[in-house]
Amino acid sequence: MSLSILDYGAGNLKSIINVLEYLNYKYKIITSTSEINNSKILLLPGVGHFGQLMNHFSASNLIEPLKDYIQSDKPFLGICLGMQILFESSEEAPGEKGLCIFPGKVVKFTKGKVPQIGWNRISITPGNKILTEDYFYFVNSYCVKTDNKEIIAATTDYYDTFVSAVEKKNLLAMQFHPEKSGKAGLKVIKRWLEHVN
Amino acid sequence: MLTKRIIPCLDVKDGQTVKGINFVNLRYAGDPVELAKRYDAEGADELVFLDITATNEARQTMINVVESVAKQVFIPFAVGGGIRSIEDIRVLLCSGADKVSLNTAAVNNPELIQKASQAFGSQCITIAIDSKREDNDFYVYINAGTKRTDKKVLDWVKEIELLGAGEILLTSMDADGTQSGYDIDITKLVSDNTNLPVIASGGASSDPGTFYDVFANGHADAALAASVFHFDTLKIVDLKHYLNNRSIEVRL
Repeated sequence: MSLSILDYGAGNLKSIINVLEYLNYKYKIITSTSEINNSKILLLPGVGHFGQLMNHFSASNLIEPLKDYIQSDKPFLGICLGMQILFESSEEAPGEKGLCIFPGKVVKFTKGKVPQIGWNRISITPGNKILTEDYFYFVNSYCVKTDNKEIIAATTDYYDTFVSAVEKKNLLAMQFHPEKSGKAGLKVIKRWLEHVN
Repeated sequence: MLTKRIIPCLDVKDGQTVKGINFVNLRYAGDPVELAKRYDAEGADELVFLDITATNEARQTMINVVESVAKQVFIPFAVGGGIRSIEDIRVLLCSGADKVSLNTAAVNNPELIQKASQAFGSQCITIAIDSKREDNDFYVYINAGTKRTDKKVLDWVKEIELLGAGEILLTSMDADGTQSGYDIDITKLVSDNTNLPVIASGGASSDPGTFYDVFANGHADAALAASVFHFDTLKIVDLKHYLNNRSIEVRL
C-alpha cells in the first residue's frame, strides 16, 4: 500500500524516505488537501518551528483536512514537530494554535542543556505493541505536557519526565526520531507499518 | 536520562577514508560507507565525516558519500570541512546529512550561523572550535589550525550561542594527536559556561579512562575520536561497557 509523506517545505524528508526505501515501502510526497483526503497512510516527519509549520498549514488551507484525516482514525505517523502540533499550543510560538487533536501544550525544557541532543531511553506504557524499551535519538528543545493519560505511549526522563510518544488507534506520534535511531528505530517504523497495513 | 555519546570521526579524501584502518572483514577498508556501517554495528552513537579535501572539485564526491551513507546507516551524522555558504549547507542536508559543522567560515562570517540556524534549525548547525592555550587563556584558531585569531574561546562560545548554534565541537589543539587524554581544562570551561551540548575532541587514547575523564571531569556531552577507533585499539562496545560500569550512562 502506498504511503503519503506530507511535505511542508521546511522539513528534511530525506531521512524518512531513506528508511522507507530501505524497508521496501512505496511512498509519495504530497502537499495538497485532495492528496491528504485520498491518503491511506499519512506520515508527518518534522523538524522546524511550531509557528512556521502551523502558519504554512493555515496559508495552504490544510488545517481542516489534516484534522479530518486524523480524527477519522486513519493511520497517521508523526515525528518530532509532527507530534507536537497535535496539541493545543507551544511555548515556541505563543498565541499560535496547534491542531488541537489532543489536550495539552508543548513547553520548553527548563533544566539541562537545550536542545536535548542524543540517545535517551523510553519507558513504554504496558501493553504497547509497537514501541520497545530502548534508546532512541532525540533532538528537541520543547516537549509535550498532557493530562490525557490514555494517549501516552511512552515517557522519557530529561531532568523531568516528559511524554515521548502518544498513541490512539492508528495514530502513533513520537518526539524522538525513529528514522535516526538505528535498529531500534527501524523496528518501530516497520512494526507500525505492518500494524496499519 | 540522556546518554553520553561516542562519536567516531572519519576523515574523507576524494571519497575514501584516510588514516590507517585495521578493520578485518571489510571488503573495502577505505570505503566510508562500509566503515560507517561497521561503526554503527559496533555501537557508535553518531558519526562525523570531515571532508579534508574540501575543494570545489571534491565537493561532489563528498555529496555522493553522504547520499550513500544516508541510505544505509540510520544513525545521525554530521559533515564538516570547507562549508562556506547557505547553499553548501542546503546541498549537504538535502543529500541526507543531519548536521553540518562550520569552523573557519563561521569565524570569518558569523552571520552565516544566524542565517543557517534560521533556515534549517539550530539542531543541525554545529560549530567546530579549534582551541589553543596561550598566556593562560584559550584562543580560537582557523584554517585547519594554521591561523590564530584574536578571539578568546569563551567569548566565541557566547557569541555563537546568541547567533543560534545548536552544538559545539571543541577540539583542543594542545591535546590533539598526543593520545594523552582529552583536555579537561578547556572542555570543562566551555561546557560549564554554555547551555549548548559540547562534543570534546583531541587527545583520546586507547585507555578508556581518558573518555571517563572527559565525561566525569570535563563535563562533555559527547566524545569524538578518530585513530583509536580506526586502528581498532579501542572497541566502541568495550569502551561503552567500561563507562557503564563506572556510572556514566551510555547506550548499550
